Amino acid sequence: MAQPALLALADGTVFVGESIGAAGASQGELVFNTAMTGYQEILSDPSYASQIVTLTYPHIGNTGVNDEDMEAAAIHAAGLVVRDAPSRYSNYRGTGDLQGFLQQHGVVAIAGIDTRALTRRLREKGAQNAVIVAGEGAGDQAAAVAQARAFAGLDGLDLAKVVSTPQTYAWEEGLWETKAPPSRYHVVAYDYGVKRNILRSLAQAGCRVTVVPAQTPAAQVLALRPEGVFLSNGPGDPKACSYAIDATRELVASGVPLFGICLGHQLLGLALGARTVKMKFGHHGANHPVLDIDSGRVLITSQNHGFAVDEASLPSCLRVTHRSLFDGSVQGLVHADRPVFSFQGHPEASPGPHDVWPLFARFTALMDAAQNGIARS
Amino acid sequence: MPRRDDIKSVLIIGAGPIVIGQGCEFDYSGTQACRALKEEGLRVILVNSNPATIMTDPDLADATYIEPINWRVVERIIAKERPDALLPTMGGQTALNCALDLDREGVLERYGVRMIGASKAAIDKAEDRELFKKAMESIGLGVAKGAIAHSLEEALQVHALVGFPAIIRPSFTLGGSGGGIAYNREEFVQLCERGLDASPTRELLIEESIIGWKEFEMEVVRDRLDNCIIVCAIENLDPMGVHTGDSITVAPAQTLTDKEYQRMRDASIAVLREIGVETGGSNVQFAINPKTGQMIVIEMNPRVSRSSALASKATGFPIAKIATKLAIGYTLDELRNDITGKATPASFEPSIDYVVTKIPRFTFEKFPKADPTLTTQMKSVGEAMAIGRTFQESLQKAMRSLEIGSYGFEPRIDRTGDQKAMRDRLVQELKVPGAERLWYVADALRIGFTIEEVHDLTRIDPWFVAQIAEIIAAEGEIEARGASGALIKADGPRMRDWKRRGFSDRRIATLLGRDEDTVRAFRHAHGIRPVYKRVDSCAAEFASATAYMYSTYEAECEAEPENRAKVIVLGSGPNRIGQGIEFDYCCVHASVALRESGYQTIMVNCNPETVSTDYDVSDRLYFEPLTLEDVLEITGLERPAGVIVQYGGQTPLKLAEGLAANGAPIVGTSPTSIDLAEDRERFQKLIVDLGLLQPPNRIAHNAVDAVALAEETGYPLVVRPSYVLGGRAMEICHNREDLEIYMRIAVRVSDDSPILLDRFLSDAIEVDVDAVSDGQRVIIGGIMEHIEEAGVHSGDSACSLPPFGLSRALQDELRRQTVALAQALDVVGLMNVQFAIKDQAVYVLEVNPRASRTIPYVSKATARPLAKIAARVMMGHSLESQGIVSEVVPSYYSVKEAVFPFIKFPGVDTVLGPEMKSTGEVMGMGRSFGEAFAKSQIAAGAAIPGGGRLFISVRDRHRAAAVPIARYFADHGFDLLATRGTAAVLEASGLTVRAVNKVSEGRPHVVDMIKNDEIDIIVNTVADKQSMADSYLIRREALQHKVTNYTTLAAARAACEAHGHMQEFEVRCLQDLHKEIAHD
Repeated sequence: MAQPALLALADGTVFVGESIGAAGASQGELVFNTAMTGYQEILSDPSYASQIVTLTYPHIGNTGVNDEDMEAAAIHAAGLVVRDAPSRYSNYRGTGDLQGFLQQHGVVAIAGIDTRALTRRLREKGAQNAVIVAGEGAGDQAAAVAQARAFAGLDGLDLAKVVSTPQTYAWEEGLWETKAPPSRYHVVAYDYGVKRNILRSLAQAGCRVTVVPAQTPAAQVLALRPEGVFLSNGPGDPKACSYAIDATRELVASGVPLFGICLGHQLLGLALGARTVKMKFGHHGANHPVLDIDSGRVLITSQNHGFAVDEASLPSCLRVTHRSLFDGSVQGLVHADRPVFSFQGHPEASPGPHDVWPLFARFTALMDAAQNGIARS
Repeated sequence: MPRRDDIKSVLIIGAGPIVIGQGCEFDYSGTQACRALKEEGLRVILVNSNPATIMTDPDLADATYIEPINWRVVERIIAKERPDALLPTMGGQTALNCALDLDREGVLERYGVRMIGASKAAIDKAEDRELFKKAMESIGLGVAKGAIAHSLEEALQVHALVGFPAIIRPSFTLGGSGGGIAYNREEFVQLCERGLDASPTRELLIEESIIGWKEFEMEVVRDRLDNCIIVCAIENLDPMGVHTGDSITVAPAQTLTDKEYQRMRDASIAVLREIGVETGGSNVQFAINPKTGQMIVIEMNPRVSRSSALASKATGFPIAKIATKLAIGYTLDELRNDITGKATPASFEPSIDYVVTKIPRFTFEKFPKADPTLTTQMKSVGEAMAIGRTFQESLQKAMRSLEIGSYGFEPRIDRTGDQKAMRDRLVQELKVPGAERLWYVADALRIGFTIEEVHDLTRIDPWFVAQIAEIIAAEGEIEARGASGALIKADGPRMRDWKRRGFSDRRIATLLGRDEDTVRAFRHAHGIRPVYKRVDSCAAEFASATAYMYSTYEAECEAEPENRAKVIVLGSGPNRIGQGIEFDYCCVHASVALRESGYQTIMVNCNPETVSTDYDVSDRLYFEPLTLEDVLEITGLERPAGVIVQYGGQTPLKLAEGLAANGAPIVGTSPTSIDLAEDRERFQKLIVDLGLLQPPNRIAHNAVDAVALAEETGYPLVVRPSYVLGGRAMEICHNREDLEIYMRIAVRVSDDSPILLDRFLSDAIEVDVDAVSDGQRVIIGGIMEHIEEAGVHSGDSACSLPPFGLSRALQDELRRQTVALAQALDVVGLMNVQFAIKDQAVYVLEVNPRASRTIPYVSKATARPLAKIAARVMMGHSLESQGIVSEVVPSYYSVKEAVFPFIKFPGVDTVLGPEMKSTGEVMGMGRSFGEAFAKSQIAAGAAIPGGGRLFISVRDRHRAAAVPIARYFADHGFDLLATRGTAAVLEASGLTVRAVNKVSEGRPHVVDMIKNDEIDIIVNTVADKQSMADSYLIRREALQHKVTNYTTLAAARAACEAHGHMQEFEVRCLQDLHKEIAHD
């Protein structure tokens, strides 16, 4: 018999459902994601640290879970909210069901609630602090609301250093069902909560990747003599990562080719003097159209961010290359005279479409250009 | 960048008549295309032979040609209209093929017409099996092993490569026509021969079988800048081996991980690029090996398709409209998403937060001799779609939307019999897919088959089987609850859970052993009512301005009903033979007319192929099953001023009584009057009171009575069960023996469903009259004289408006009787009367005080939108106030002809009778009856050759009348062939005839000659069962060899009149013809 569970929001709204994960309580910022596939990638994406994620597609768990679809070693989301977790999964790659996976990772999750009503609420009121209480304690709604309100929120919260790797490691594995080509570049990737598919994509693009902890100083990175440096995605408020902002500023100044994704993109903006702002409910989905301003092409992108670079604050050295066709927000930046660029969405997809994957090739092209430049000088 | 400015006028080719594999989804796409182009201020020229469509309404295009869709005719239209561009991607395979013909014949070049939306090269690459395979291989995508054959010899060579079972697919046919799966050599040869015949290029693709693999479809849209989006991924519940059109399909895809889905997405886009679809919508089909994940491409359609319609309705993304705009140069980001109130661009991929299930509707009961096995050739005639928050809810809603008397998983097998036999039968039913396999899956689970066993037998993915197993487990719980007494308050949460799983009140009632009203009352008493969620294309990320809704049992309702005068129009549900697009046309007209009159209009329907289920046709759209339960919840929420039940055929009519009993305000003719017209005894009294005539008739409540009563009326008899549409189970009995067989085999007769016996009027002329009445005044809409004599179902008969052979006096008598009947029945709205005329006496066969199948045809023939007029009448606007004061009798002729699905059903006789068998219709318009009839025949694919050999064989009593027909053909370039009896009569009249053998007279016989293409046209009448059996082979062979075959003298006579017009005719657009009426 399923255990009861409830979801309480800071605004006092309570949804009663059943537990499909571990027992206990978990607080976080509640966001919704409209991707219809990729729940395992979403759950294991470190960018979801301290966030409870509601998936808008009603059946979650249809294909079970498998080792290949992990974006990190563990589940990072603070909790999961779904309409229905089917009792039986089916997929040739599946090795277990979602419920067991959640329990095994100690993640609380609730099913059986009107997730569309919840999503509409989040859309209207913005992302909210919330708590899921599963099993014992699921009867006390008032206590749960108080717990939701007690969560301090993500503003000013540095989570990158929390989820980052404690030590440096090398990455060689390529994309799914393919073998990475021999490497031509050495890239140092900052792990602020990096998704494996970014590392796979870099490897696929011909990079030998050295992954370093979030707080690694720039000098230490440059000492590794990389051909390029990568700034990863990650959770929390970019403003709080002062060490990373400082490191990024130094890296830009060094002239090393630099590519940032998501949090990395925001850090780049901050390093060069732009501001970041907290969005109302952020971008979380796999269907977001982004205009590539130079080519006029529309790219369907994977998105997962609650903060954005404020266009009004951009320094003159940064140019907007990509723009969201949903709300006009900045999606890509390029430096006027440094080999530096960034993207707010997720070129590595996983989950999501591969339309922006060529940005990895742009990165290797920058490294090529830089190499040739060095060779000439 | 805006649209290209070198295009000022566009020709759109429609899909022609509704046939299996090409249904009213192309009315949806064509209508959207016309609207999209008109919005841009372009001149729209449309050709479509199908008068029952919304797209052929004169206000949708600037010049509407209801003319045959073949290149010679379209060339005349092009010569007259000189369009800048041709859009061939909105009218299915018919339009694509016609466009290719126009290109091949140099017409497009000659007149400087540009093809937009798809190039010839792209169409060829997508449709030509060999080119397609090469293209796929060149981009690294897998395809099934196989090769092309152009002859049986080549086919056998290919077969050595692929083994059994082998899939045979003819090129350039629609709905997989002529294809199939061969398990042995005999089947292989048979299918190859049929397939070569069916393919216009005599080309087959023979492939290895991937039966049992998972099947998916991706709906892709691309613009000229190479922006590509996936509108929807559809997963087939039925695995490979069953045609997609015959498969239960689910959106979005359920059993793909993101990696697998994205791989398929990448492949879909690569396919569009490689094929070269520059702009517009296409679908790409994939198969996936469930054990290894290996993916192969099955095929792609470089045009909008049935699944585009489904994807549009499933997501709220109007593919046809967007594809049209892209074809004239827009890019996706320049177009807005209507559903979000234009807050977002069309360049995004819809995200849905519900599950959509489509179930096909079959009609095997109409063709008892057809093979009901589902295979790679499509056999379904319609489909129902349902939306629910979960698969279980969506599936069960779709099942009751089908209107096949199912309200859920009713058992299909009797569990009390021999257990072994039952198990064996189930294994068979699961292994061999048929129309009801879904129900057998439930039966199997019920008697203890495991999910794995069911999966092994059906290859249906275990995910779906497990979902069904949960429904069956819940059924067990409901049954158990029913056994322990009446429901009490504490059962509320259980009831809510059942409803959340999509159970209908009726199914719950059956399982509980209660009645539906009790369940509903319990539900309402405990506040368990559906809420309505919106289809918004974005999973609630943005606010939706569009009231496109579905019901579900959840916490929050988004319906937000408005406090205005509103009207609910109940649609006609899934298409079926006897109830098709004509009724959707009427429903759309009702909504449009009443919207213009200031009402808020609310459409309820569950057919994804239709125009009525487009979100912008009505103010509000409820995509819901048309059952009493589902409709009552909507009327309860919306509280409309009126509910229109007259327009959706039998579907809403069946609900009228229940709706009225529950307080819904039915407008128009009262349910009592409708019932009176259907109630034989009361209706008979009315006829007598009015001093009118009916053929002698009786009602039998059991088989013994029937035989006795038949002696009173005399033979031949038309017999049928009461309350049917489309002449279901209707037959002509020539003698007592026929009747006894009928009573024994064809029907179950009971007190509740008696059998109606009518004296059959041999050789009578049948006439349909449509009229509209406001309760005071009755205006005749049109008098339609049938070509075929009474006895052929009116839906299958050709007819002419105005009549071509009735005297003025007779016509006036028909008018008088129609008016009298309308007044006596207090008709408010539309009415259709069927008359038979024999020996100058007028008999009333049937009165239907509701929209009839002929309304769109009459409306187009007379320039008078009857359905709109009647809708206003129903809301209290008199005919006079609408300026409708007299009948319109056009100066030109409009002939409607029926189109049949026989070619899809090998072994089925093509002879026409009282049971309706046609799927669609065409119309021909001309200055003379002959010209109009000729066009109708060309449009229906029954061309009359200029000369050649006529084979004639008629019954004894037809012989005298056959002479002038034979003489006409002999005088116009035909050699006569006849069976001996007929030959003797013709020779006696001075004609030169060559006698040929009947099949029973030894070889070579007439069927040999048909096979050898030695016969060009056939007149072969039949009378009784024996002669029908004799000539069956002639009809089947004629069908296979596309030899026009007249089975009635009346049709042959009309063919004589038409013969001279087969080449010599003029194309005229509806707008010009209608001007003549305005000037009258």
